[in-house]
Amino acid sequence: MSFVQNFPCFSIVLCMAAGILSTPMKGKHARYVTLAAVTLVSFMSLWTLWHVMSAGSSFVYTMGRFPAPWGNEIRAGVLEALMASVFSLVMLFSLIGGMDHIFRNIDDTKINLYFILVDLLLSSLLAIIYTNDLFTGYVFVEINTIAACGMIMIRRSGRSLIAATRYMVMSLIGSGLFLIGLAMLYDITGHLLMENAHAVMTELVYAGEYSIPLLVIISFITVGLAIKSGLYPFHSWMPDAYGYSTISSSSILSSLVSKSYIILLIKIFYRVIGFDNIVNSKIVNVLFVFGLIGMVMGSVSAIMAKDIYKMIAYSSVAQIGYVYMGIGLATEAGMVAAVFHILTHAVTKSLLFLSAKGLNDASGRKRVFTALQGAAFRSPLAGAAFLVGSLSMVGIPMLAGFISKLLFATAALGAGPKKVLVTLIVLAVSTILNAVYFLHTVVRIYTPVEIPKEYEHVHVHVSVGVAFALLWLIFLNFAMGMMSQPITDLIQTGIGMFA
Amino acid sequence: MGPNLLANADEVAAVILFGIGFTTLLLHRNMIKKIIGLNIMDTAVYLFLAAMGYVDGRAAPIVENGVLDAEAYINPIPSGLVLTGIVVSVSVTALMLALTIRLYRKYHSLDLDEILIRMQKEERS
Repeated sequence: MSFVQNFPCFSIVLCMAAGILSTPMKGKHARYVTLAAVTLVSFMSLWTLWHVMSAGSSFVYTMGRFPAPWGNEIRAGVLEALMASVFSLVMLFSLIGGMDHIFRNIDDTKINLYFILVDLLLSSLLAIIYTNDLFTGYVFVEINTIAACGMIMIRRSGRSLIAATRYMVMSLIGSGLFLIGLAMLYDITGHLLMENAHAVMTELVYAGEYSIPLLVIISFITVGLAIKSGLYPFHSWMPDAYGYSTISSSSILSSLVSKSYIILLIKIFYRVIGFDNIVNSKIVNVLFVFGLIGMVMGSVSAIMAKDIYKMIAYSSVAQIGYVYMGIGLATEAGMVAAVFHILTHAVTKSLLFLSAKGLNDASGRKRVFTALQGAAFRSPLAGAAFLVGSLSMVGIPMLAGFISKLLFATAALGAGPKKVLVTLIVLAVSTILNAVYFLHTVVRIYTPVEIPKEYEHVHVHVSVGVAFALLWLIFLNFAMGMMSQPITDLIQTGIGMFA
Repeated sequence: MGPNLLANADEVAAVILFGIGFTTLLLHRNMIKKIIGLNIMDTAVYLFLAAMGYVDGRAAPIVENGVLDAEAYINPIPSGLVLTGIVVSVSVTALMLALTIRLYRKYHSLDLDEILIRMQKEERS
């Protein structure tokens, strides 16, 4: 076993250790511990990615060296390592880009708590991505929920408290369904490790036994995780939760947390239940329909949103719809498109949130659209970043969003006659709606306006950290848009390793 | 159907309880009742796991009197899962209670609809 194979476990433990270490520290110092931990995790994840790519196969890390049917395992393939790398990098940039606001929005005594929550969140994200054990997955899903809820409510305004309550209730309903699904799955298969459960599952399906309980299990797990990730009718908590928390929280929550549940769902689909069984159970069609509705309704709500954060939050609803639509196509191409869109959305949404904050700062921190008039001239970098993010979400060539839409459209063509037409139509409609609200905002921020008296003294200062984060995220957007082939290849090999 | 239901009475009870807890958590407007619903829902899952883990005529997995035959004992994992689950639900309950306290201090109400109305009033003024 080479040393690199310890890295997934190391990175999970490192984040937890950073959290514990930050407990007695002041906020200023906790910041450095957390940033160091997240940077290290990014390096280790990239190294793991390189390792599994060059080895060409995934590896299993047994916790405590207990052999397969009993022990707890971590598994790293190309897809897991890729996700871990992108997630930790996006988290790093979101933290650096929102650092000023963390210190401005949160009480001084609570800042170190914020960093503890961030550490816990990253460790649970990594554990959800890497775990090979279903119950470990559940436990870390709950840790993820608790950390995310803390990150929403730490700002102590009335709005964010209510948003946190709504988020918590929805999440708990989702995890309750997920838990009972897992309990039933364990009862029928007798295993919690994914491979062993999958082996029993294949036998059962082959013998035609327990078909109704299996269907119930599949629906419970799928619906539970779909609720947690905010699929369309369960999205009501999203706008407030993203709109009223500090900007790093919004960007981390929208681009990473809700996506980690989708990754877990995809993992369970492939590695526990088996993709053919999922397709035969028709549950994907349910996801497909709700994904399509979400794509349209999310965009419609975004058009009607009253302020820029809520607009971006509603746009997340639409993007989650895209991902589920890709899964719902029930083909491998659809799945690749869905995973690629998860990455696209992670790099774009964090860019949008950070730049929206920059624009808002340049407009006297008013939460109305009209105040943003000409903001791009007052804060050129944030304006450019918002432009890039918007164009990427709309799907302009050379940017990541274009490749996503291209992959979705190509996947739709191979998905069977019933789904082709409706997918393409909804994709087109949703793109137009995206263009309506994003370009409307872009035009607004680039409309020159005489600086009103009250803004003359507003000192727009883009700190080095913000510039660093924005430039990196812009770069990632372009990189994913112009060098998409290696990434889609990676995703394809990664999904191949799942089976 | 009938005898089957009777033989699995524990599981049936667990699923009914789960439904009760689920609807309470989802539909009730009062925060405390929501938390009670959450606990009923989680407890139902533990009942389900514990009932499935119980095998008639077998002992708890602690070696006594030198009986080493695995057939004499139940599988310890379901019980372990229940314990883990309890820890999770305790922490989630604590978080929900903390949220409730914060909300009550700010809006002097436990009713979510009432809280929303008061928040909107506060923002308008």
